[in-house]
Amino acid sequence: MSMNVNSPLVDREIIQNVLSTAMSNGGEWAEVFVEDRQSGAAEYDENRVEAMVSSRDLGAGIRVTVGDATGFAHTSDISPTGLNEAAQAAAAAARGGAQITPIALRGSGTAESRAKILPESVPKARKVELLQKTDAAAREQDSAITQVTVRYSEGRRKVLVANTDGVFEADDQTRTLLSVNCVASGDQGLQTGRETVGYTVGFELFDDHDVESMAQRAARRAITKLAARPAPSGQLPVVIERGGGGVLFHEACGHGLEADLVNKGASVFRDRIGELVAAPSVTLVDDGTMGVEWGTIAIDDEGCPTQKNVLIEDGVLTDYMWDHLRSRSAGRPASGNGRRQSYQHLPMVRMTNTYVTNGDVEPQDIISDTQNGIYVAQLGGGQVNTATGDFVFGMTEAYLIENGEITAPLREGNLIGNGPDVLQNIEVVGNDFAMGSPGTCGKDGQGVPVGDGQPTLRVAALTIGGTAS
Amino acid sequence: MTQKLELPDLAANLIAGARDNEQVEICVSRNRSTTVKAYSGQVESVRSGLSEAAGIRVVVDGRQGFASAGSLDHQVLNQLLDEARENLNFAEPDPYQGIAAPDGVIPPNLDLSDPTILQITEDQRSTVAIELEQRCLDSDPRVKSVRSAAWSDGWGEFALASTSGISVYSEGGSCSVGVQPLAVDGDETQIGYAGDAARRTDLLDLDRVVSEAVEGATGMLGATKPESKQLTVVFEPSVAAAFLGTIAGALTGDRVIKGRSPFADRLGEKIASSELVLFDDPTNIESLGADNHDGEGLATRKNTLIDAGILSGFLHNSYTARRAEAQSTGSAVRGPRSTPGVGIHALCMTPGTGDRNDLFAQIGSGVFVRGVNGLHSGVNPVSGDFSVGAYGQHIKDGALGAPFREATIASTLQRMLLDIVAIGGDFEFLPSGSGVASMAIADVALSGT
Repeated sequence: MSMNVNSPLVDREIIQNVLSTAMSNGGEWAEVFVEDRQSGAAEYDENRVEAMVSSRDLGAGIRVTVGDATGFAHTSDISPTGLNEAAQAAAAAARGGAQITPIALRGSGTAESRAKILPESVPKARKVELLQKTDAAAREQDSAITQVTVRYSEGRRKVLVANTDGVFEADDQTRTLLSVNCVASGDQGLQTGRETVGYTVGFELFDDHDVESMAQRAARRAITKLAARPAPSGQLPVVIERGGGGVLFHEACGHGLEADLVNKGASVFRDRIGELVAAPSVTLVDDGTMGVEWGTIAIDDEGCPTQKNVLIEDGVLTDYMWDHLRSRSAGRPASGNGRRQSYQHLPMVRMTNTYVTNGDVEPQDIISDTQNGIYVAQLGGGQVNTATGDFVFGMTEAYLIENGEITAPLREGNLIGNGPDVLQNIEVVGNDFAMGSPGTCGKDGQGVPVGDGQPTLRVAALTIGGTAS
Repeated sequence: MTQKLELPDLAANLIAGARDNEQVEICVSRNRSTTVKAYSGQVESVRSGLSEAAGIRVVVDGRQGFASAGSLDHQVLNQLLDEARENLNFAEPDPYQGIAAPDGVIPPNLDLSDPTILQITEDQRSTVAIELEQRCLDSDPRVKSVRSAAWSDGWGEFALASTSGISVYSEGGSCSVGVQPLAVDGDETQIGYAGDAARRTDLLDLDRVVSEAVEGATGMLGATKPESKQLTVVFEPSVAAAFLGTIAGALTGDRVIKGRSPFADRLGEKIASSELVLFDDPTNIESLGADNHDGEGLATRKNTLIDAGILSGFLHNSYTARRAEAQSTGSAVRGPRSTPGVGIHALCMTPGTGDRNDLFAQIGSGVFVRGVNGLHSGVNPVSGDFSVGAYGQHIKDGALGAPFREATIASTLQRMLLDIVAIGGDFEFLPSGSGVASMAIADVALSGT
């Protein structure tokens, strides 16, 4: 396995020197973040490869802090000259404070890839074959499938983080993803069905996941929706299928537990540590170490190792998520949640893989116990106003529940709820935990990969944004 | 390291390396930007940077390959050309694929570069950011803090050259502000947001930003969940822009030729209320979306999409135009990091008359929607299903009433266009480049309790 001609993205001596430059105006703390990102993608549409694209980004962001003030400059020139110029720009924006000598860098500044098969080592022709196979499987499912789009993407992101506390850490992150989107045509127009498989792995993704069955699921989803009726309008109990709705927790409370929002009074969960904020059956975790999940990283973008953070335990709020700045001012350790979209961005508190742990009820019992309600098999994206806790999320596959049975499929729509209310209103949690589809979480204009998951569960009432009365 | 070439020269040098059978298009950009955020009366962060980008598209016998990088380094650019060439081997031939050919349309020759942007000082930036925060705090005692108060400015250069003889260059800058005050009443907190952007600092309207942001937060205090019912909704201009942006997306050549638009085969038919005139006009310098060229280097032009309710045109780039046997409408949108798509530059509607209160009086009862959530998750532009989270104020007896929140509004894109009952006279250009007014849509399902 070891092919150790591994060297840091930028040499230790150069980084040490750049950190000194960054502190030259009297900064209290400084950091160099170097990123080398290579990605490739191919899109298969209308029975052919439409485009195969590749991209490369290399650059560094340098941060200097004095008290609560931050100076930051980024550059795509990682030569010693380029880095020192950026360090000077960052230092100019954060001056004053005590003269602090940077601590000597420890750590290797290198990391090995955890991917078994690096996607860049796989011939592009094999990727094309995969797209063709997926497309064919979706089309064969039903003649009503009139259009299929398949997207493949791979990305390798090497990061190096060094700071004046002596941190000199690296990570080598590879993510691979395939998504299929089907359009079915019926008497009442067009409907879409989508499936995505993506993990923090290399091309071995396709040894472990069968793209054909995934394509069939996407096709069936579109076909089913051809017969869908408008969703109801108003409040109803909602059962969410395992793995289909972790985004609910991401929006309902995840963002509200990010320390930067909490500190600024922009979260309904401020000052509530130790309180019962959810039904006692709810335990919520954010875990950046979780296997090969989409939000998994070895270190965050501030060089802090990720860890498993229990945020809500048996309904009681136990902790928020933290980055370097916020944990330092609170005088506590960071939690490995400092992330950024790229070297051009300042890090902030972000989630990794956020999930609700298993309860002890059989999922079938949850459905049969629901007289009338909605069964959501797949949620789309969501959005939250953290100040009020009001959040929406889209249902991309949903059904009516009538007399304890899943019945008619419903057209797409959003659900809306209030985070603190919904957490209290989780009536029952199943024993069938699963992670959901890979997601991209957007906050203040920055997108980062995140995962989510949950067992089948029921919320006593959510407002369904349909049109049927 | 390397001597910095002017962008047009850089692009031209690479084009000179194209082989005889190749169509090559090169897009390069260089941008610098600075953002200053204030908090608690102090500068919280200053972020600045110079970013570069290059994208190369090569087409041979209908096969397209593309590669891009965040660098203008000579070596990287040559690698990109090789990678784009390699990538095209895996694309299947498409007889319509190719770069744009000059079409003789004269660009509007807008002067979009005001050099005063380049003279903004660090002091000016932090002064405005701090002032924005303070003015929000001063304007209403219920504003207890401001989540973020930010100033940004930037300057960018863009050049595109191709083997078909297109060679364009543009540069320009802009500045913007944004602020998010938090209004508190007892246990309740509401957050507001407003922003502005302009090509010159003295065009920023800070008074309006402060009053809109503060009102957005304080006006929502005490909001309750409304009763579910069918009613008329009035979209605030920014909400109208989001709605119309989705409609315009369904009128792009890309969706139309692939049969992914509910309006694909409806050219010349009435698809909207006769109140609606919708067009994309990047030749209007009033819009921040104004530009001389599109993403393939063709001249921008005014394109009417819906004229008094009649679907009168689609937007095309050169590829979708070839497939649709139409002409490019100069609607290629892209940065150097992607292949050209099709989209709006400066979407605009013809306003009605009177002010917003006249519109409320005309409607009588309904809701005024100040903001929507979940546009990306609850709107399906293929099927037309529309369902989004909404908040705002009730309209009662022809006037604004109590605030509401935690509700959704739903209909279909097709129905909503036909159900437009009135358009306001409160026309404005938004920072996004859209020129819009409030609009009232009947028979929308409001879901609450």
